[in-house]
Amino acid sequence: MSIEIQNITKRFPGYTALDNISLKVATGELIALLGPSGCGKTTLLRIIAGLETADVGSIILENRDTTNLPARSKNVGFVFQHYALFRRLNVFDNVAFGLTVKPASERPSKQDIRDRVMHLLKLVQMDWAAKRYPSQLSGGQRQRVALARALAVNPKVLLLDEPFSALDAKVRQELRRWLRKLHDDIHVTSIFVTHDQEEALELADRIVVINKGKIEQEGTPQEVYDHPANSFVYNFLGNVNVFHGRVRNGKVVLGQPLPDERRELNGHEVKTGQAFIRPHDIGISKIRNGNDHPGVIRDIRLTGSQITLELESAGFDTPIEAEISRETWRNLELSKGEEVYITLDKARVFTGDFEI
Amino acid sequence: MHPFSKRQRRILPGFGLSMGYTVFYLSAIVLVPLSTIVISTIGIEPERFLAAVSSPRVLASYRLSLSSAFFAAIFDAGAGFLTAWTLTRYRFPGRRFLDAFVDLPFALPTAVAGICFATLYSPATLPGQVLSRFGIELANTPAGIVVALIFIGFPFVVRTVQPVIAELETEIEEAAQSLGASRWQTFRKILFPHLFPALLTGVTLAFARSIGEYGSVIFIAGNLPFKTEIAPLMIMSKLDQFDYDGASAVAFVLLLISFIMLLVLNGVQRWQQKAYR
Repeated sequence: MSIEIQNITKRFPGYTALDNISLKVATGELIALLGPSGCGKTTLLRIIAGLETADVGSIILENRDTTNLPARSKNVGFVFQHYALFRRLNVFDNVAFGLTVKPASERPSKQDIRDRVMHLLKLVQMDWAAKRYPSQLSGGQRQRVALARALAVNPKVLLLDEPFSALDAKVRQELRRWLRKLHDDIHVTSIFVTHDQEEALELADRIVVINKGKIEQEGTPQEVYDHPANSFVYNFLGNVNVFHGRVRNGKVVLGQPLPDERRELNGHEVKTGQAFIRPHDIGISKIRNGNDHPGVIRDIRLTGSQITLELESAGFDTPIEAEISRETWRNLELSKGEEVYITLDKARVFTGDFEI
Repeated sequence: MHPFSKRQRRILPGFGLSMGYTVFYLSAIVLVPLSTIVISTIGIEPERFLAAVSSPRVLASYRLSLSSAFFAAIFDAGAGFLTAWTLTRYRFPGRRFLDAFVDLPFALPTAVAGICFATLYSPATLPGQVLSRFGIELANTPAGIVVALIFIGFPFVVRTVQPVIAELETEIEEAAQSLGASRWQTFRKILFPHLFPALLTGVTLAFARSIGEYGSVIFIAGNLPFKTEIAPLMIMSKLDQFDYDGASAVAFVLLLISFIMLLVLNGVQRWQQKAYR
């Protein structure tokens, strides 16, 4: 089931939540809408589901204009951030709800409902809890029940609104992988909203980065991460060092000139601009080569498998963060206060004022 | 954990002190006054007790008090639920004003309400005449008593249901809708079961309060023996005749009824809550 979002605009008193958004989602795709909170991504999801109406634009589901259909007629599965399970119904009845409210002519027989519900509960690995009530389940379990409930009505599209953000890190990661696997098995066209770039990168076939009601970039996780279209995307996807300065001849002039990796901005006039470089793209060595900048290690932090160094260098007004592997760290035998040479040749330069 | 267990450390100290206060106040305010009825009733010989509470006139008053309180509570269930829903779910000009209005029956001296009703529905005034043209007589009839009791019980229902409606997440309704449920199905299958325990509590409170209501009823009831005499009035008239034993016997039965009802309510609620929390 393909989704076509055409020129959707939605204004709330005081601000524009969505500004002329258009997007196509192919059948069977898993799409992430990624953006900071308040960027309009949840509003877009709710408009697709029919829980909110757009001021302008249309939503086409499989060549059928569903813009003005109420939520109940859209046949869209919706998974909420806080599960929204029916507290007074047990797990089985929660999942069966969408089937039991169908008009008598379309409603499956009791036995068919039973079979379908149990099949779905098995799929989400919750069949053992059919008789339990939502309050007796953990957050992760509740969200899996909510997912089974949404799938029960055979939705054409599955929409998930920050489905894992209320869960703790470990469960979140587990559920993420599990959802990816589930999607590979059942292939229902899905859109999920998240503000967690890691989640989007790991889970989605395609990422749509949204900011202030506009699409900043869309592409595969690799495209978006490796070739960010602009400073916002660069900054939003992962940690980054930002150096502000003036761009002259493709270089950001700080204290030290910093060239653009791609050398595309040559011949530009003087403008304000920023250089971006990811911490793991920064090289650290004890021997100077080429354009390396001398610097001093101010702090060393252990972040799981990586070591984060905080560096200070003449000409940079903000400290530079670099990530190196444990191996490099051991080989270089670095310690606090030591002088090192910093390689910054993988910087990306964007002109214009930086805003987030 | 046992409430008196020494092992469990409390963050806020003072369990002993606050428990002491609670027991003291409950005793001084509730238990001691009520126990006087029990004690004075125990002193009555069984035959006299039975005679007092089973005289036809007293029985008629019990019947009237219970039935009119019941109908009033049923009416309050519907009206109070709707009011609570409207006040919680919608934003409209004058909402706060209306909301404050709900509490008036709590705050108003019941005698004032009684006089208002008596004046409003007497055959001598316009509203009473208009109603009687439609065949509705409220002055000196059980129907009038029900109207007064509806007024008294109303805020109990609204105020118990309101907070539960307020804490219902709209997401629950949205989930039901996205699963294909109509508004009516959403209400009947999801919202109403959720609100039912609170509604039941409110209705029972309204009912219990109405059984004992005196001030607002006697002016409109007319107090005709066997017809519009309510049970609390029987107590008053027995006191007027210096029949203290008879009065406490009637009072004892009323107390028993209230107590049993609250007990049943508690049981129902516990049974309701068991599965979900």
